[in-house]
Amino acid sequence: MADLKVNVAGVEFSNPLIAASGRFGFGREYNEFYPLSVLGGISCKGITLKKRDGNPPPRIAETPSGILNAVGLQNPGVDHFIEKDLPWLKEQDTVIIANIAGNTEEDYCMMAEKFSDSDVDMIEMNISCPNVKSGGVQFGTSCATVGAITKAVRAKCKKPLIVKLSPNVANIADIALSAEAEGADALSMINTLTGMRIDINTRRPIIRNNTGGLSGPAVFPVAVRMVWQAASAVKIPIIGMGGISTWQDAVEMLIAGATALQIGTVLFSDPYAPVKICEGLSKFMDENGIKSISEISGTIKPW
Amino acid sequence: MKYDAQAFELISNKEIANGIFDWTVKNKSLSSIAQPGQFAHIAVPGKTLRRPISICDTDGENLRLVFQVKGQGTEIMSQLKEGASVDIIAPLGNGFKIEKGKKYCFIGGGIGVPPMLYAAKAACKPLVITGFRSKDFVILQDDFKSIGADLVLATDDGSTGIHGFVTDVLKERINEVDEICACGPFPMLRAVAQAAKENNKPCQVSLEERMGCGVGACLVCACKVKRANGEEEYLHVCKNGPVFNAEEVVF
Repeated sequence: MADLKVNVAGVEFSNPLIAASGRFGFGREYNEFYPLSVLGGISCKGITLKKRDGNPPPRIAETPSGILNAVGLQNPGVDHFIEKDLPWLKEQDTVIIANIAGNTEEDYCMMAEKFSDSDVDMIEMNISCPNVKSGGVQFGTSCATVGAITKAVRAKCKKPLIVKLSPNVANIADIALSAEAEGADALSMINTLTGMRIDINTRRPIIRNNTGGLSGPAVFPVAVRMVWQAASAVKIPIIGMGGISTWQDAVEMLIAGATALQIGTVLFSDPYAPVKICEGLSKFMDENGIKSISEISGTIKPW
Repeated sequence: MKYDAQAFELISNKEIANGIFDWTVKNKSLSSIAQPGQFAHIAVPGKTLRRPISICDTDGENLRLVFQVKGQGTEIMSQLKEGASVDIIAPLGNGFKIEKGKKYCFIGGGIGVPPMLYAAKAACKPLVITGFRSKDFVILQDDFKSIGADLVLATDDGSTGIHGFVTDVLKERINEVDEICACGPFPMLRAVAQAAKENNKPCQVSLEERMGCGVGACLVCACKVKRANGEEEYLHVCKNGPVFNAEEVVF
């Protein structure tokens, strides 16, 4: 029987599948389908210092093999989360990752401080949300800003720090190196690609925010390429995500250089996807005499 | 464990009006627990998103779902053959609250009519007002008659039934009823809610919004509500609704 355990920045996961931030809320809804311990971990819905209402609807549009979304970080705020949701999450026997977002560097630092004193296992710094007016992706698109905010948050963060990268950049390897140089313990990538759809009858964008973040199988090849480029540049582990829908996709993303994986959009069509992907992964490993996930990670043989 | 996604057999698929399809899905486990106003989230082959379809009726053995072809997803659904396997998460959301002893008025506009059938079955001799664009889109009239509803048909163009809107009929007959339940286009719901408020009648409305997960996790199907303290906030059609107290909805 294959061992699906992985270790990211000193934190052990029972399997490499982590629910991606934004698709999974704070876990309670999917706990109605299966015990959350089937997941290696949960990256919680992005949390901000104060409660946020999010964007007006519509917040979602379907695309060929994917979706656009612009929720705009609707969340109850960090204090509410720590008090009301975290204690329950910590009982679910899975790794809990706090995904933090903010408008300013100070916001991120205060969030990191608050979560450092909480029971979360890791902190994922979201500097790649394309759907908010200030903050978010504006920190994630240049090496200088990625480096500066990573350095500032690192100084306040006592938990393992994951920096979540945007694909909306010219050179992902340089961005990854900047985060690593300033103290990131791991990277997660890719966040969504900025996209747009227009209703041809009304000539209005389908999403009220005009643009939204593209996710799902449509972005998978982009994600594989970027994980490969970043993994070739840095030594810290990478959590790969972007359109993973099947166990074959999971293997492919691991081969490209990922240590662990996040899945999101596939949950819309199949809430049981994490269970099925784990089963497929385990069978693949058994059939190929692979004893651990680390024997797959980064084994790409590029031409 | 409250939710499950399961494959069920499509036992009948009929086009009952212009672009409107009537599915019967063999589904004992879900049809026996479904409440009026709840919905089924249906996986569409080749599509990333499921399609939320309100429950039109159930007989404890089968689930009846009536939908209109609006885009590629519903087009694919309309072409599924009898015997096909359909992956469904249901029943989802909060439905209509129907109390015994009250006289209800159920109002449906267009493709908002189907969920009113199951709701009307739960009430005693209800007034049912159905509105459609024209005679080509009229559905479910015999079904409402067979459950003993006091049925009114209205069309926007007068091609059959009363020439006018459902709200015109409601205003004339609102004194006959204790409570109103409505499903249909947003402007219709706004007008129904307004009429209910002016006449001090409680009103429940079933809302629609582009939806993702269907269970309340992804937060995309937002709708604005006003709390008792006057504060406005976004709730979600799939988990907090689809049925809301009209007083709370910010139209």
